[in-house]
Amino acid sequence: MYVNYETEGKTLTVHLYGELDHHYASLLRVEVDARIKREKPKELLLELTNMVFMDSSGLGFIMGRLRKMQKNEGTMMLVNPNRAVERMINMAGIDKFIKIIRKESVTK
Amino acid sequence: MKSVAVLKKPKMITGVNSFECSFDAKSINESFARLLVSAFVSQLDPTVADMTDLKTAVSEAVTNCIVHAYRDREKYKNARVYLSGVYFPDGTVSITVKDKGCGIDDIKQAMEPLYTTSPSDERSGMGFTVIAGLSDKLKVSSDVGKGTTVTIEKKVFGG
Repeated sequence: MYVNYETEGKTLTVHLYGELDHHYASLLRVEVDARIKREKPKELLLELTNMVFMDSSGLGFIMGRLRKMQKNEGTMMLVNPNRAVERMINMAGIDKFIKIIRKESVTK
Repeated sequence: MKSVAVLKKPKMITGVNSFECSFDAKSINESFARLLVSAFVSQLDPTVADMTDLKTAVSEAVTNCIVHAYRDREKYKNARVYLSGVYFPDGTVSITVKDKGCGIDDIKQAMEPLYTTSPSDERSGMGFTVIAGLSDKLKVSSDVGKGTTVTIEKKVFGG
């Protein structure tokens, strides 16, 4: 798992690479939450183009960040999840609460 | 011994190939378990989708051992996860994930979607639901105080 960040105005984009499981989700949670606390974004984008694997721990991570953003009256979107990741999101029924967008070119 | 079979028992045919191993119940080994299973299943030349399904199911089961079965780390000093797999002539893969941890008192409840023992840890409560959704057969047997065995079966190619 590898991660990097990009801030543009009030939008924080988190680029995720590799596999998001329980091990990495618990590490990532601390890191991303620290960023949110510091930058107080109004919009959080999780860019998943290069995230090749996710299990239910990843769902927990997504739901947790969504709740956090909603609490701060912000929004959150997932960018380019692959088919397997999107399937997990649909299986958990969180596609009703979270917007998925497709972007052709993703910086970084 | 409490046991809940979601679907009928795995059939008793001799496997074509099998493996068996164990590793420390550490979260860093969740990816190790997925890699092992992918390497083993790749012998069947499965589709990417089938491979991902199996990897995800195994990831959930191994995570369960680490976060639930052995959550009392003081008690389980030498916590290990036992992973084994076999595949059959028809392309059915059977993966077993076993622990010697605390066991599950109410398997039915544990398997309910969104049921979680610790919401504060951001557990999604979807582990067993995901395994059941991605596999053809799922069998969970557990003995409180002795451990849990999860067997996941999936046919990975058409023939």
